[in-house]
Amino acid sequence: MMWFNFAKAQSFMPTQGTEIAKQVDNLYGFLLITSFIACVLVIGGMIYFVLKYKRKSDNDKTAYISHNTALEFLWSFIPLVIFLAVFAWGWYIYHGMRTMPKDALEINVLGKQWAWEIEYKNGFKAVNEVVVPVNTDVKLLLTSQDVIHSFFVPSFRIKQDAVPGRYTALWFRAEKLGEFHVFCAEYCGTSHSGMIGKLRVVTREEFDKYMEEGQEEGQLPIAKRGEKLFALKACASCHSVDSPAVKVGPSLFQVFGHEVVLEDGSKVTADENYIRESILQPNAKVVKGFPHGVMPTFQGQINENELNALVEYVKSLK
Amino acid sequence: MGHSSSAHGENYINCEKGLWSWLTTVDHKRIGLMYMITVMFFFFVGGVMALLLRLELFAPNTVQGVGQVLKNGDVYNQVLTYHGAIMVFMVIVPGIPAILGNFFLPIHLGAKDVAFPKINLASWYCFMFGAALAIATFFTHKIDTGWTFYTPYSIRTGTSTVLMVLGAFVMGMSSVLTGLNFIVTVHKLRAPGMTMHRMPLFVWALYSTAILQMLATPVLAITLLLLAAEKLFGVGIFDPALGGDPVLFQHFFWFYSHPAVYIMILPAMGVVSELIAAFSRKVIFGYTAIAYSSLGIAAVSFFVWGHHMFVSGQSATAGIIFSFITMLVGVPTAIKMFNWVATIYKGSVSFDSPMLFALGFLFLFAIGGVTGIMLAVLPIDVHFHDTYFVVAHFHYVMVGGTLMALMGGFYYWFPKMFGKMFSETLARLSFVFIFIGFNVTFFPQFILGAMGMPRRYFDYIPNYEALNKISTVGSWLILTGFLIGLYAIVQGIRKGEKAPMNPWGAKTLEWQTSSPPPHFNFDVEPVVTAGPYEYR
Repeated sequence: MMWFNFAKAQSFMPTQGTEIAKQVDNLYGFLLITSFIACVLVIGGMIYFVLKYKRKSDNDKTAYISHNTALEFLWSFIPLVIFLAVFAWGWYIYHGMRTMPKDALEINVLGKQWAWEIEYKNGFKAVNEVVVPVNTDVKLLLTSQDVIHSFFVPSFRIKQDAVPGRYTALWFRAEKLGEFHVFCAEYCGTSHSGMIGKLRVVTREEFDKYMEEGQEEGQLPIAKRGEKLFALKACASCHSVDSPAVKVGPSLFQVFGHEVVLEDGSKVTADENYIRESILQPNAKVVKGFPHGVMPTFQGQINENELNALVEYVKSLK
Repeated sequence: MGHSSSAHGENYINCEKGLWSWLTTVDHKRIGLMYMITVMFFFFVGGVMALLLRLELFAPNTVQGVGQVLKNGDVYNQVLTYHGAIMVFMVIVPGIPAILGNFFLPIHLGAKDVAFPKINLASWYCFMFGAALAIATFFTHKIDTGWTFYTPYSIRTGTSTVLMVLGAFVMGMSSVLTGLNFIVTVHKLRAPGMTMHRMPLFVWALYSTAILQMLATPVLAITLLLLAAEKLFGVGIFDPALGGDPVLFQHFFWFYSHPAVYIMILPAMGVVSELIAAFSRKVIFGYTAIAYSSLGIAAVSFFVWGHHMFVSGQSATAGIIFSFITMLVGVPTAIKMFNWVATIYKGSVSFDSPMLFALGFLFLFAIGGVTGIMLAVLPIDVHFHDTYFVVAHFHYVMVGGTLMALMGGFYYWFPKMFGKMFSETLARLSFVFIFIGFNVTFFPQFILGAMGMPRRYFDYIPNYEALNKISTVGSWLILTGFLIGLYAIVQGIRKGEKAPMNPWGAKTLEWQTSSPPPHFNFDVEPVVTAGPYEYR
């Protein structure tokens, strides 16, 4: 559609690195054009009227028009229809943005003043550089160890706050090879504007090679690290991990991604945030049939990296 | 102060003399002028901060020291925080209600004063005390949280969060007191014959604003106190390290601060309604629609706060609901725009400087409005959130909207307030510089935002340089415009010609009393027999 392309040329949006970016730009193009028309009507109408009805003498007679119901209905109804249409269009795209694909390549991203710490499943860590394979669904699991940051890739039209104390997520499927900027979009202090990373989209082969080369001697995958920690913190004395058998606390076998019934009868899905909360504040959501206050809290005793490892380990208990 | 007081040339300015008579006055007109002087001062301070920010952003800091005006990121962050906090809490929020509202709301109703004149004076002292607390941070550890005080940053920073939020808390009290006064005045002190539907639209706008001030400000007050309690006593409310929830702060904060956006813009819409009607010499089109859409906007504005938080980690469902409700609040705003343009139709339009500002308002607010709709669309906001697109949008609304209306209203009522005329040539020149300068400064920021430049950036990548340069040059044009305006005002007050009772030929009540008005506004209590815009 030519008029979209016209709007795009005027919109100065960065390169379209993903399918979502194209969808966003189409909607933006539509908004630009309707907005332009609306402004021409309102501002143009204003300019036309002030020139046409310029005061000629101090005794000008003016019309006495107090209202016009039909006109008022029309100019309320038409904007409403347009607003609701763009709302629905936006909803459609947003739904795609916020629905995490299954089996995506997961990467942990930890924001801290003032850098991004990246950790891949195999335990390989990098700072301020995310490398992903092209044409692959990638899910970033974000959190922060200090204040709120926001992971922003302009070329992908995605942005998500990294909030301390919880996980947030975003996903993308890069379609273009190359390097893209990652900005921190939530004000975080002294070097907020220096918290710039890059997102490098490479071929599958290059990605595998990158992962291999990054693998250092003795470096454990995240889940393995979690397993060690699980033993070290003596979690295993209360939680079974290879069968549904109940020890002191609920079994963690195959619990991730499934519904859990709580003591008050409500249900939650055991996602990353639930596992995290259950480690840090075990009494917040106790599983039905288990007593309160038995599990000690680990708040303040394990850091973000260790938490990630434990969560990853629980996820791996399939 | 007998019947013939104004005949002897006695008015509210010269009826008592000396600084003490001003500091203890309970005359709403004098209090309005005191607010005017203080707000102008804070506008100057906030404006200098803005100029510094733009100077710093003139060039990226490619080589250490080159293109760098402020010492480092910390200083930049402090300057941006002062700019935002001063402009919001000390200029735009009090601006129109406390200056023009205080002065003209009672006169518009045909009243002698507001309902509680002493509380009115107390609100000014409250405002000054709060402002003093806020400014005091400058002499302690400064403040670098941004005007939004987002947690946990505001808790962890070494700067004076507590002092600053106490200042905002006390200034909020002042805002509540003004709101209370206006609501009671509107209900109890209307002159005989002044029915609700004969009130000028400026009064309707102030009335809607007052409701918001009364209902929303306490939420901010509680939030700020919780923040101070957390910082001082380590009570875990917002900081996850203490078991708190940082996103909860954002919910609380925007529950006030979104309605506050309407506290800032509704009075401006009221002023513009007056200006358009007066300078088109025509009855306002859709009086009822404009009056009630103010109330409608006020009501719905309480349910849209989540549109500031689309990427904060709030649930996708919440985001969708907030986006939907935001679309609904767009409709009454659009209706007002159409009503104003329709009012000009078949009018007798003059281009006196107040009207230029009103037309400037319509122009800039149209752009602020459509970009607001864009930001309400979920996936568009995901890209634009916290970029310069948002900065440009809210400056089009707050400066292009509120400040243009404040300036227009100020020139419109200047003859009444001071009994003098200002130089029309200077006022028009000032408008031209401000209007062009504003667009040169802020339009490029829409493009910067689309390109992906985040806000609150001390430095930026080289792609963004050209547009930042243009934007900075624009800020100098705005400065020139305001300096000319200041000169026009000072010169008008000192040497202006004596103003007639009704220089513009307008119909509302303030133009039926002398310029400046007597101490009790009218020599004889007016009896109202018609609406405010009966140009026939």
